[in-house]
Amino acid sequence: MDHTTLIAIASIVTAGLTIAFGSIGPALGEGRAVATALSSLAQQPDAAATITRTLFVGLAMIESIAIYCFVVSMILIFANPFWNHVIAQAAGK
Amino acid sequence: MRLSPDDIILWQHGFLKLNGTIAFTWGLMLLLAVGSKLITRKLSTALERSRWQSLLEILVTGIEGQIADVGLRQPRTYIGFLGTLFLFIAMANLCTVIPGYEPPTGSLSTTAALALCVLAAVPFYGIKEEGLHGYLRSYAEPTIIMLPFNIISELSRTLALAVRLFGNMMSGTMILAILLTITPFIFPIAMSALGLLTGMVQAYIFSILAAVYIAAATRDRAPARR
Repeated sequence: MDHTTLIAIASIVTAGLTIAFGSIGPALGEGRAVATALSSLAQQPDAAATITRTLFVGLAMIESIAIYCFVVSMILIFANPFWNHVIAQAAGK
Repeated sequence: MRLSPDDIILWQHGFLKLNGTIAFTWGLMLLLAVGSKLITRKLSTALERSRWQSLLEILVTGIEGQIADVGLRQPRTYIGFLGTLFLFIAMANLCTVIPGYEPPTGSLSTTAALALCVLAAVPFYGIKEEGLHGYLRSYAEPTIIMLPFNIISELSRTLALAVRLFGNMMSGTMILAILLTITPFIFPIAMSALGLLTGMVQAYIFSILAAVYIAAATRDRAPARR
């Protein structure tokens, strides 16, 4: 199996696995965060503004982890330096 | 498949490039500046005021309230910076309803620039409030062993700010582009509405996090200050 095929296979598989595994953790964390926020809203409805704002900030921080995995996956698919390198080599030959 | 508006080259001369990001950013700046200039030409304090003036008042008092909630005393000192962050990012995303427009925040250059502004603003306001010595001493809290970790956390949260906004904006435009090649009308419209919502939330998150970082740098530390 030559270099081009190997790099292609590795990039594709890794891109898929990155976003698959990378979404599990943040999804579970966000579910727990929203559940806790809802129960505390039920206990103290007049603190709704603070709770909602803190919930959104917390959700954004948790979401960032999934975004990092997504960015890595996109780089592997669309801006892959190794792929560009072997393609340039193959085109130069 | 275009990853960002950086790839739209409008004009090139040697290594100087006028790309889509720069053009859209300047268009947004023009829109915001000319729009608010036109609205604030005739301000009135009577009961009769134009709708646009009410809109601006809602925005300004809303942002001021949020900044005060975060714990910053005298929100007026910070509203110039934080309000501009929020309005720029929010407008950059709202204008996606215009066909042919791509949000400049979908390019890592713009979001990195905004995150670097926050990185520069935190010591600026910290030194303005606490003095140079007081601000530098805050890096050694709670113990001196935490000094490298505090520095690393400053840099990593700047990076996180940039990548979070970039990832959200880029994923929105990219999902839309991919869906348009697969399904016809309805699903891309739903995704585009979701993209607008996430854009607003991300604008709010960016400015609130900037406010929280500035509040952390400017809070009262020495009890003897009062």
